[in-house]
Amino acid sequence: MQLTKNGGRIMERLKRIVSIISLIFILLPVTLAFAEEPKAPAAQAAPAATASPAEQAPAAPPAAPAWDAKIAADTVWVLITAFLVFFMNAGFALVESGLCRSKNAVNILSKNVIVFCVTVVFFWLVGFGIMFSSGSSFLGTTGWMLYGADNSPATGDAYKGIFASLNWTGVPLYAKFIFQLVFAGTAATIVSGAVAERIKYFSFFVFAAVMAVIIYPVAGHWIWGGGWLATMKTPFLDFAGSTVVHSIGGWAALMGAILLGPRIGKYTADGKVNAIPGHNMGMATLGMFILWFGWFGFNPGSTMAADPNAIATVAINTCIAGAVGGVAATFVAYMSLGKPDLSMALNGILAGLVAITASCNWVTPAGSFIIGLVAGVLVVYAVLFFDKIKVDDPVGALSVHLVNGIWGTLAVGLFAADIGGVKGLFYGGGTAQLISQIIGIVSVGVYVVIVSGISWLIIKGIMGLRVSKEEEREGLDIGEHGMEAYPDFVGASSKR
Amino acid sequence: MKKIEAIIKPFKLDDVKDALNEIGIQGMTVTEVKGFGRQKGHTEFYRGAEYVVEFLPKTKIEVVVSDEQAEKVVETIINTARTGNIGDGKIFVYDIKDVIRIRTGERGKEGI
Repeated sequence: MQLTKNGGRIMERLKRIVSIISLIFILLPVTLAFAEEPKAPAAQAAPAATASPAEQAPAAPPAAPAWDAKIAADTVWVLITAFLVFFMNAGFALVESGLCRSKNAVNILSKNVIVFCVTVVFFWLVGFGIMFSSGSSFLGTTGWMLYGADNSPATGDAYKGIFASLNWTGVPLYAKFIFQLVFAGTAATIVSGAVAERIKYFSFFVFAAVMAVIIYPVAGHWIWGGGWLATMKTPFLDFAGSTVVHSIGGWAALMGAILLGPRIGKYTADGKVNAIPGHNMGMATLGMFILWFGWFGFNPGSTMAADPNAIATVAINTCIAGAVGGVAATFVAYMSLGKPDLSMALNGILAGLVAITASCNWVTPAGSFIIGLVAGVLVVYAVLFFDKIKVDDPVGALSVHLVNGIWGTLAVGLFAADIGGVKGLFYGGGTAQLISQIIGIVSVGVYVVIVSGISWLIIKGIMGLRVSKEEEREGLDIGEHGMEAYPDFVGASSKR
Repeated sequence: MKKIEAIIKPFKLDDVKDALNEIGIQGMTVTEVKGFGRQKGHTEFYRGAEYVVEFLPKTKIEVVVSDEQAEKVVETIINTARTGNIGDGKIFVYDIKDVIRIRTGERGKEGI
């Protein structure tokens, strides 16, 4: 007995060493690449050139060219909103760990920490290039590690470079990158919640890399990278990512949750749903507020320019949809479940925010109200639906991000109020936009389901997906990480 | 000497303590405990599913007093801890063989 246990330990160590070596092999070419310095972006050269005449004539009042001020304002706006979106990592960490049990808190927090780190590395290496560089209408084929021609912040026809799909925003390339990077991180983080409390830590680690390399950038290229969905006769529209970020994350999460199966104790022997309460509703609530706060970067920042009217419109639409989603979910929970469940209210607010993300630039506050209202209703019934079909999603990630990502994307085709030339069905625009939205939803869904399904299965075959029953009962904190989140406290006693 | 052990609703602890102080008891021991009685816990709801909380949080107080004081202590606890609702708790009375104050070695009644 003792011997086999030791044998298992040694195998475990071997596996760890192999994974570390493979990591070194991945990182080695990167380190070598530093031998040649990247060409200084044109953006850095430009201000220096305009500064020198001023030095020669110090008596003249400093009259900065108008475009310079705009670039500065836009860049500050894009970076500040990027940092807000980055902060959403904290929101996800708190929501997910709060809605799970204390015995798995370290594991969930670890996943939220590592998923962003992994995304940074792989999105910089290849993800950004696949998503935004020129190539085919299916994926970009240059721009690895941001190398290649680029004269940002030049825009439109003045832009000469390989990231032409982003030539509409007049900010430096690195600002474009960091903004898109935090979005990629969000998509990957969504998966973490749905597979919580049972997935092996390093299996999730690998999937996070797959997400940042293949899944997110390819489907993203179709929509935001000048790919085929963006170049249809009536282009598919997704302003800030109801599909690009939330549905992609949601579809990948769905496949993970299905392949993992429900947590031990989620269903009784006769198939009845058992509640597995989260361990800290305070954390979950704070996490929701941080996500909401971050969404003021996520949506208004997606203008990628400090355009006063646009960012104000997007901000109010974002706020209204979230708030109405919370009210709707509270009342639906109260009427159909008997009590105004706090976790449902939190999910409802997030559902409203996800749903308004695709259309926030093209709808009126009244449209936003209805989009949020529908989202808040949808999310409660989606939670009950996923419970019923035995797809165990501890934090409601599928109901929030997948279901409402789809709803929000459809809503563009319904509620777009002839703002920026986009007209939805309810504003006399006919069904053209709606049909484009459906094409986008279905094609992205099919792609992500297939690729993430295959990726999960490969990971399952090589590393395994799910921890052992004993480990799941004891908690992943001890099993995966050898530590506890609350070593000073006695947890709630539970048969599960 | 008697030991009076009472399981009460946690929010009644302060009332009981104050009342026992008033009738002159010298000290008490308090423990946070969990348990069930005839109701077998209660049900709660989470995200549309029902679950049973089998052990409810209670507070256990232990007081050791002389035989003469015992009945007065029991009465006081009943009067202050009673809400009239299910789950008010129980009182157990034990005979105590001996009491020793560790610091001085005093025994029996002097030890209390």
